[in-house]
Amino acid sequence: MRGVRWLLLKDLQILRRSPLQAVLLVAYPILIAVLVGFAISRGPEDPRVAFLNEVPPDTRINVGGQELPKANVREQICERVECVFVDDREEAMSKVESGDVLAALVLPADLVNKINSLSTLTPGVPEVEILVNEENAVKAELVDDRITTLLAEANLRIARRIGNEGGRYLGLLVRGGELEFLGETIPILGLQASARILEQVAPALPPSLRPALEEVTEFASRARENLDVAKPLIDRLAQPIKVDKVTVGGKSPPLEIFAIAVAATLTLAFVVVLLVAGSLALEREENAFARLTRGLVSSNGLLGEKVLLGIAVGLVVTLLMLLGMRIFVPLDLGRVGLWLLAILASGAALGAAGAALGAAGREVRAVSLLAFMVTLPIAFLSLVPSGAVSPAVFDAIRYLTALFPFKPALEAITAALDEAGPGIGEPLLHLAILFVAYAVLARLALRRFATV
Amino acid sequence: MRATGIVKRFGDREALRGVSLEAGPGELVAIIGPNGAGKTTLLSILAEISKPDEGEVSSSEGAVGWVPQQAALYRRLTVEENLLLFARLEGHEDPRASTEEMLELTGLRERRGEIVARLSGGNQQRINIAIGLLSRPAVLLLDEPSVGLDPRQRARLWEFVSGLAGHGTTVIFSTHDIQEAERYGGRVLVLADGESLFDGSADELREAVRREAPESADRDFETAFVAYLQHRGH
Repeated sequence: MRGVRWLLLKDLQILRRSPLQAVLLVAYPILIAVLVGFAISRGPEDPRVAFLNEVPPDTRINVGGQELPKANVREQICERVECVFVDDREEAMSKVESGDVLAALVLPADLVNKINSLSTLTPGVPEVEILVNEENAVKAELVDDRITTLLAEANLRIARRIGNEGGRYLGLLVRGGELEFLGETIPILGLQASARILEQVAPALPPSLRPALEEVTEFASRARENLDVAKPLIDRLAQPIKVDKVTVGGKSPPLEIFAIAVAATLTLAFVVVLLVAGSLALEREENAFARLTRGLVSSNGLLGEKVLLGIAVGLVVTLLMLLGMRIFVPLDLGRVGLWLLAILASGAALGAAGAALGAAGREVRAVSLLAFMVTLPIAFLSLVPSGAVSPAVFDAIRYLTALFPFKPALEAITAALDEAGPGIGEPLLHLAILFVAYAVLARLALRRFATV
Repeated sequence: MRATGIVKRFGDREALRGVSLEAGPGELVAIIGPNGAGKTTLLSILAEISKPDEGEVSSSEGAVGWVPQQAALYRRLTVEENLLLFARLEGHEDPRASTEEMLELTGLRERRGEIVARLSGGNQQRINIAIGLLSRPAVLLLDEPSVGLDPRQRARLWEFVSGLAGHGTTVIFSTHDIQEAERYGGRVLVLADGESLFDGSADELREAVRREAPESADRDFETAFVAYLQHRGH
């Protein structure tokens, strides 16, 4: 234990002696972490879409000879995308080609007329035009998804509006009222009032006419009842399927907490893995390994010292980072005990993994590169959510990421940060298993190296 | 220090084939041979860094100091920090006093605060040896200690090592420089392809070379030694 203390001091002296390396070791992961956290915590920016509205002003959608109130389609669309208004089709095309906008949406002059024709005997097909520049597959898919969603929403809004108007007319038919038509107000009696009047006049009629009148009264009552049912049916037509979201698995933390957890785990992983792997490789690069393990310190002691070094530096950097993040996002300091537990457990498992990587190589540069090449892709794979890829690929990713401590470390830190989040017990157990496995691997790799 | 019948195999290859060696207090023993002869392997077995497949190694009381061929120290630490670290790791009661002693011994007191990486190869080797001496060894093993040193640095190194032997430390060193072995080795062990060809004084080695390679007797010793190895099938 005495030797471990002096080796720890020596490694900190070396770290202090290499300010550039120390700054890079700490600053680079933090930079990556902040960028990743920033990217995750922010939704995608609204895409820029050129908007050309050729529909004559004041043209309204007309149902059954009645103009509907303005649907404000333009406003609805421009809420969801950044509209760049253009004057003609050529300008729209030019902006799409130059990449200034993701796509152009052209509402042709006859759009409303064709919509109006839908309620006639010769319905047309209303069309809008989308101009896109499919210079790459990702962009093409993005444009396709966004525009399809926007048009679906526009269709839904128009359908609702038509449904509302239809419902209003049905209400007039059932309950009566006044109808504005060509500037005149026409009183509508309504089925309710008609039935009531018929019932009132029935006793005054000759008995021979009463059966016929009763049939009419019966019809009026039935029609009123059925039309009352038709109103909600028309409403449902606008949105026949209602989404009822039920969470059956996983307690997802708030996005900003998850982003902070990702940033903290990335920082911890890079600092610990690179530092442990690099400092272990340094013992061999400096030819000190054989001298040290010749009675001055045991191989287990040397490995333990490196893991301790990683945990100590990782703990300081990650805690500072979390405290810094408190400026932007409220983090509950009452859970700092759990933070420490999660960071220490994660640091130990990541340190053991770093030791295994460090023992596998001979030179600091090669080992650092190896540690970087392992940590970075595993970290990104650990962020792939289920459903984002095919089930088979996701299973492969799940098993692969379970073999490296990044994912359980992320889960532990997320659980430590978020009170309403998932439990911390399972990731801690996972980290403990990985710590033991990597410590054994590192010990074996070190033995192999010592005999070379 | 005594080693008897040392055999070491790496896979199918026999790096050492029944090599024996004995060295007493204050003795300077040179292990000489071409590259791949087994010099470093023998020293690493004597230092107990690796284990022999056959044979035994024993030494009388007192630690065995080992100085590897390439300086085993931390180049980003200062001279003093290196010595202090290893003195602490050796468990010295007063590591600072031991550091001062080694700084005095190596003549690097004035350069104690310098980063090791900025020192010459010769000075780095002196610290390397000083670290090996921190265990106050009865036996000091040096693996090709003069490699990469200029003649002046080499002379200072051997003056330093001879001084240690003069104070009773057993020094066993490897080299492939025949003249160095002849000049500083009180005894010479010749290894070739893992086989011990000769064990005796430098004068006895000259005699053996003259006897087994008479055609090279009037040439310089190095040439005669190469002819001797060829006569012995190496």
